[in-house]
Amino acid sequence: MHIAEGFLPPVHAVAWGVASAPFVVHGARSLIREVREHPESTLLLGASGAFTFVLSALKLPSVTGSCSHPTGTGLGAILFRPPVMAVLGTITLLFQALLLAHGGLTTLGANVFSMAVVGPWAGYGVYRLLRRYGVPLMVAVFFGAFAADLSTYCVTSVQLALAFPDPAGGFLGALGKFGSIFAVTQIPLAVSEGLLTVLVMRMLVQSSRGELTRLGVLVTSVAGRKTADPAEAVTR
Amino acid sequence: MSRNAKINTLLLALVAALAVIPLVFGLGDHKEEPFAGADAEAETAITEIDPDYEPWFSPLYEPPSGEIESALFALQAALGAGVIAYYFGLRRGRRQGETRALERLRAEGDLGDGAGSPRPRI
Repeated sequence: MHIAEGFLPPVHAVAWGVASAPFVVHGARSLIREVREHPESTLLLGASGAFTFVLSALKLPSVTGSCSHPTGTGLGAILFRPPVMAVLGTITLLFQALLLAHGGLTTLGANVFSMAVVGPWAGYGVYRLLRRYGVPLMVAVFFGAFAADLSTYCVTSVQLALAFPDPAGGFLGALGKFGSIFAVTQIPLAVSEGLLTVLVMRMLVQSSRGELTRLGVLVTSVAGRKTADPAEAVTR
Repeated sequence: MSRNAKINTLLLALVAALAVIPLVFGLGDHKEEPFAGADAEAETAITEIDPDYEPWFSPLYEPPSGEIESALFALQAALGAGVIAYYFGLRRGRRQGETRALERLRAEGDLGDGAGSPRPRI
């Protein structure tokens, strides 16, 4: 999903930067508030950022015969809500833009918008929606992480199609082209990301029950029945 | 193996299978350059759509070779994995410490009021 340095026309680069900036600023505020009010959650915040670091460094082969990487933003969005991930995702993208020549500074705004804004919100939205309808925790976590991953790559495809409409097929023609490169490749990787996020969430349920309860991921007493399933599977 | 560990192992095995299947079945064979990065393929698609497009900015720093690049990617993954491992290790250690402290407290409590009452009353 990394649009390479210089590969978005200046107008597009600036527009995506302007679109992303408020999310990152708002995210930085909520991150600071979270750390100030709950210093004990700093470590879990760090672990969520670290998850994004690991997953976005893992380039995996896909069924389309090309390689891509997961994003790892779903976990943090589910735990700490999406604004925080706007910051943690941006840090990851900056690291890659500056040290790895992967992505870039001129395309940072566009890449932040897809990976650190839309991805986390889409993942969180799917997760919350499924939870509201009583879907078990781990199933909701899986589809949340899946949605965060896949939506990121769909946004990248849209961004490129807007900047480079196909001479014959226009925007939709280009969207088909970029979509087949990014989105189709990403489907099995999004499944992998869902599975890995479930794995980490299971370990968290086992090791950090108190923290998850405070964050509202695990619910005690009132909705005790609903959380009993995944919790029981883990503690045994 | 506990049921919990079995489920976790199964999850990891599934992820590994998803990564290995495209390689084993040679799903990249139809390509000129099998298993290239999707990012690079997008760059190619851009130059196909708009052959005149020139990137107007180039990276400030570029790893001088593929080796250096893979080293930096490994560093990124290692940093992340290290923090995650630290988190779970710390949690596990704390939990063990709490359990031990509780046991000790309970043992001491037993000795304390154990003077008057018979032993097996935990």
